[in-house]
Amino acid sequence: MINSRFFNRSELIGFVSLLLLLVVILPLALDIFRLNLVAKYLTYSFVAIGLVLCWGYGGILSLGQGVFFGLGGYCMAMFLKLEASSVANTKIQSTPGIPDFMDWNQLTALPFFWKPFQSFPFALAAIILVPAIFAFIIGAAMFKRRVGGVYFAIITQAIAAIMTILIVGQQGYTGGINGITDLRTLHGWDIRTDHAKYILYFVEVFFLFAAIMVAQFIRLTKLGRILVAMREQEDRVRFSGYSVANFKIFAFCAAAVFAAVGGALFTLEVGFMSPSFVGIVPSIEMVIYTAVGGRLSIFGAVYGSLLVNFAKTSLSETFPQLWLFGLGALFIAVVLAFPNGLAGIWGDYVQPRIDRLLASRTKKSGNGGLVADGAPAE
Amino acid sequence: MFGDYSIGDLGAIFAMQGFAGLILFSVYVLMALGLAIIFGQMGVINMAHGEFMILGAYVTWMTSNAFQHFLPALFPGYFFVAMALAFIASGSLGMLVEWAMISRLYKRPLDTLLATWGLSLILQQAYRSVFGAREVGVELPDWMMGSWQATDAIQIPINGMFVMCLTILITIVVAYVLFLSRWGKQVRAVVQNRVMAGAVGINTEKVDRYTFGLGCGIAGVAGSAFTMIGSTGPTAGQLYIVDTFLVVVFGGAASLIGTIASAFTISQAQSTMEFFMSGSMAKVLTLLAIVAILMLRPQGLFALKVRK
Repeated sequence: MINSRFFNRSELIGFVSLLLLLVVILPLALDIFRLNLVAKYLTYSFVAIGLVLCWGYGGILSLGQGVFFGLGGYCMAMFLKLEASSVANTKIQSTPGIPDFMDWNQLTALPFFWKPFQSFPFALAAIILVPAIFAFIIGAAMFKRRVGGVYFAIITQAIAAIMTILIVGQQGYTGGINGITDLRTLHGWDIRTDHAKYILYFVEVFFLFAAIMVAQFIRLTKLGRILVAMREQEDRVRFSGYSVANFKIFAFCAAAVFAAVGGALFTLEVGFMSPSFVGIVPSIEMVIYTAVGGRLSIFGAVYGSLLVNFAKTSLSETFPQLWLFGLGALFIAVVLAFPNGLAGIWGDYVQPRIDRLLASRTKKSGNGGLVADGAPAE
Repeated sequence: MFGDYSIGDLGAIFAMQGFAGLILFSVYVLMALGLAIIFGQMGVINMAHGEFMILGAYVTWMTSNAFQHFLPALFPGYFFVAMALAFIASGSLGMLVEWAMISRLYKRPLDTLLATWGLSLILQQAYRSVFGAREVGVELPDWMMGSWQATDAIQIPINGMFVMCLTILITIVVAYVLFLSRWGKQVRAVVQNRVMAGAVGINTEKVDRYTFGLGCGIAGVAGSAFTMIGSTGPTAGQLYIVDTFLVVVFGGAASLIGTIASAFTISQAQSTMEFFMSGSMAKVLTLLAIVAILMLRPQGLFALKVRK
């Protein structure tokens, strides 16, 4: 059953309440430091939304989303770094005009792949295209050969490992383990002031809702239906004449682009990018945000990344020892007891009560039974 | 890059790097054997495998301390006791985990990955709380110190040779258990067709539990051997887990010979390249090569044909 409306009633409520929370409540309630933290958490929501499409709907578990997050972030960071290391700013270096870490590593000229990043339009295009092309190559190589499931997960994990080792090892070109730091201005506009942080927060929220709409659009089209069908019975979809590989490649590329946009915004919000957001551990953490929020729920993904990160910050501030125990237990609990995460709990326990309340008040029996679309048909 | 070395030097370099590779190979094989049983035979992705290995390493460390304090006379032989204890400790923890967690997830292999990752975080933090964040190293008995001077230019450390002999022995035992013993036949029967195996009277739940326990136990022994050549920290297991998975996948998940062959290829490639370039680039090139080969041949080097 394809819903004719873009959002059904409960999704509309979810959309509006998220909008209220992010646009009105949080900016009013939090000081700029905390709001900036929220902005940082929200960048992970992009990754989580991508994973909802790719993993929740398509059934493709990628343990390498950190790679795409990092690619997007690094593309943005390279542009900002070049702007920050103008000849005037880097007079004291032995080679003025190149980023400081290159100077420390005895590089005397800008490497060729850095040069195009002096142009902002190129950097913006690269944020989308580099991860998309990279994901396409990986996806095409794997899905065309019908590699899927567990093997895909392990190989994407290996790619995350390769990427981290490469970035850390090639210090002169990438900034090494410290990453690209000391980013200052975007087209002359200082991104470090409180005012700029407010503006960036709202820019990010705008992009987030755009991402939610795009994800919702993909979910509701025939494409989204085929993704679900593929997850449940891949062979039947193949026998019906669909090219399973192409749909999978699309889902994987879409997830990569979402992650990259998140990464680019992360660089802007936080002011640096480093390999510690690329490797195996951050990539798996991104999966857990999705799992906690509910792997089938786009809104759940946003709440999941907000809540897990909030818990992480507050727990690791007060009880650093407890945090890993908590995170580990969360992984196990979500997988064993709540495979559909927070959204599943909401849909199973809270939503029916609200519906009953509403139904008894209006005495109308519309389509009260919510179709949990995408729930595994068992 | 060969210009500065004479032929004789190069020979010695290759021999020594080759031997360094063999030690790495031993660690890979020991870790991958357990994983090949769990992942290859049962289809469970055990991301906590490295932590089971580290448990074995800590047990060895505790045993060595205990022998030093209470039984100094028997110290030279403590390692064999430690190995048995490591096997028992990791194996029983493995069986507990299988009962509490894995047995509920057999139909969702991707979810075992997430759940065991959570387990690995918990275990890491537990090690950190109990043993401290600093790395610990065991005291080697005298007979394992020193090295054997093969020629003027070639030296081979004795502890390395010991670890290799151990690896060979364990591999033979595992091969015997899996391929010739009655229990091994039951394991393979369950792998090939769970429903049928149950129908002919094999207790599949019990087989699963013992298989998982055996895999984890071997990881414990691997950790025990690992203490002979390196120090142990709470997060040391995580460094090896991705490599080990690649070893198993590259070799062909269900094939024991494939696992050994791929461990050999990967470790030799890495340690030989390490001499000529930085360690990180050697690692990147090795991993890239594996990923590229896996894209061309996703079933791995030695694929077992199983009807799904």
